[in-house]
Amino acid sequence: MITSLPPGLLLIGGALVVPFLRGWLRWAWMLALPVLGFVDLIGLEHGIHLSISLFDYHLQPLRVDKLSLAFGYIFYIAAFLGILYAVTINETSEQIAALIYMGSAVGALFAGDLITLFLYWEVTAVASAFIIWSGRSEAAYRAGMRYLVIQVTSGVLLLSGALIQVAETGSIAFGASGLDSVAGILIFFAFGIKCAFPFLHNWLQDAYPEASPTGTVFLSAFTTKLAIYGLARGYAGEEILIWIGALMTAFPIFYAVIENDLRRVLAYSLNNQLGFMVVGVGIGTELSLNGTVAHAFTHILYKSLLFMSMGAVLYRVGTVKGSELGGLYKSMPWTTAFCIVGAASISAFPLFSGFVSKSLIMSSAAGEGWVIIWLVLLFASAGVFHHSGIKIPYFAFFAHDSGKRCKEAPLPMLLAMGATAILCIGVGVWSSPLYALLPYEVNYTPYTTAHVITQLQLLMFSALAFAVLMRTGLYPPELKSVNLDIDWIYRRGFPAIGRMLYRAARPLGGTMTIISTKTALGGLSRLVRLTGPESTLARTWQTAGMVALIVTIMALYLVVSFV
Amino acid sequence: MIDQDKTQESAPERRRWLDDRKNVDKIYRALLVVCGGLMLADLFYDKHAKYTAEDWFGFYGFYGFFGCVFLVLAAKQLRRLLMRPEDYHDH
Repeated sequence: MITSLPPGLLLIGGALVVPFLRGWLRWAWMLALPVLGFVDLIGLEHGIHLSISLFDYHLQPLRVDKLSLAFGYIFYIAAFLGILYAVTINETSEQIAALIYMGSAVGALFAGDLITLFLYWEVTAVASAFIIWSGRSEAAYRAGMRYLVIQVTSGVLLLSGALIQVAETGSIAFGASGLDSVAGILIFFAFGIKCAFPFLHNWLQDAYPEASPTGTVFLSAFTTKLAIYGLARGYAGEEILIWIGALMTAFPIFYAVIENDLRRVLAYSLNNQLGFMVVGVGIGTELSLNGTVAHAFTHILYKSLLFMSMGAVLYRVGTVKGSELGGLYKSMPWTTAFCIVGAASISAFPLFSGFVSKSLIMSSAAGEGWVIIWLVLLFASAGVFHHSGIKIPYFAFFAHDSGKRCKEAPLPMLLAMGATAILCIGVGVWSSPLYALLPYEVNYTPYTTAHVITQLQLLMFSALAFAVLMRTGLYPPELKSVNLDIDWIYRRGFPAIGRMLYRAARPLGGTMTIISTKTALGGLSRLVRLTGPESTLARTWQTAGMVALIVTIMALYLVVSFV
Repeated sequence: MIDQDKTQESAPERRRWLDDRKNVDKIYRALLVVCGGLMLADLFYDKHAKYTAEDWFGFYGFYGFFGCVFLVLAAKQLRRLLMRPEDYHDH
């Protein structure tokens, strides 16, 4: 056992070896890493295993409890399946970025203090941006930049919250923060950005669909679920989360119905599924928190499966636009079948994974008397089936035959999709192993007559609504288009304001230009004097001078640390 | 990355079961039968309802159906407000 090593470092360290390995050896290495990590987690005992003193603070990079372990297991499973899916594609930069990204996401789960959490938080941000850039298109580059700015903002908020907490309480521990302090509110927003709260959500739909077929599979599993984990640890029982979560379940599904890019449809439905988990955190009972963790677990599996199936379509056909697809079941029967398993799971059909996890959240919402919330969640559940359960498989694989013919997905992709599909059905049929992983004891039977029949009624009548709307021609066709979302503000709004200000300032232009040119030139020449070939900094210094400099820096450091 | 084989000419394809419009109609009718059956099932079990509405006959079915019709028709109207050409952000 490597129990004293913080989980996650295995993947991060393993990533550094990847460039030196070739062919099957590289894949064997990459696949072995999450397996080793998983085995390592099984051997971990609850408690705080590692404490590092840094100045006055005690970093705890290895805090283990049921909450972190449950997320840890599913993160490693997702890492393994994602890597298996990617075996076809030889993109070294994406492989390294993905391993570092997944490793730091696992590491963050076991961070017992805010500084460690912040470090991992930032590494996930930067590494995931590299995954998006590995999409290697102009659109991917631009979306990755926007994504990075937003993710780093989340990190800055987290750090600010941590610093204020230290100043106020002297502790850097990461525990139940609550919303009573400024620190708690800042950290709440840091998590909120990564969790894609309403109006902070658009980075998800903007960036994820721009990554490569394999990149999106990696991305879909970790960032947002890390945020759910953070909320569950820090903000369980905060009532505002119930309303935020309910809004998240309902609002993205309208976009999902009219969106043409099927991976973007999945990004909207990812947002909707996060809403269910956020509601579970907000209700804050043992049943609802169990529901959140269980739903995160099953969601990672079926969302990966859906992104894998659309990734396979993108890989073979070159597009995932609903307006250009249709009839692909003839060419890709296996991919079609796996996609349908993912669709049935996200729709929470009995015997599929979503059913045994979402029931916990629905029951706790109903049991705690949240009538309006319960009705919204029920509407969103019907809506999920409509846009993810039916729309995705229907427009990609059935609908009108687009005439496109291609090969079935490559073997590694099929293996990954097959394994994920088996897990989706396995968890749905046999829920007790999943329930045993949850943070609190589970006294819950998902398969009662009432549950099964009411859920089937909800779903089959949603299907009927789809069929009726299709046959009457009322269903909006898939159109080549984009839909305005919050990103309009920074992609169109801000530049427009900038242009307006520029035009307004143009009358002053002459003077301004002269002043700014002079300042810029002055600054530049000073910089050259300091750093150019003949400059002070470029000269060889004598040892005595160097020592003097170092002593000065150390003295300054001493003074600063005592102040 | 894109599969080049997709353009290759091949022998005339065999017709699939779903290519026949009549079979699609069969699926539709089967769906109607299933929905009808699920409604009738409401008469034979206790829902353990938390709210009165849940006990109404066929509540979940009607809620799912009208919920989805509302979702789709509302989203369709949203298109007037939100839809832009595909290259909108490229300018």
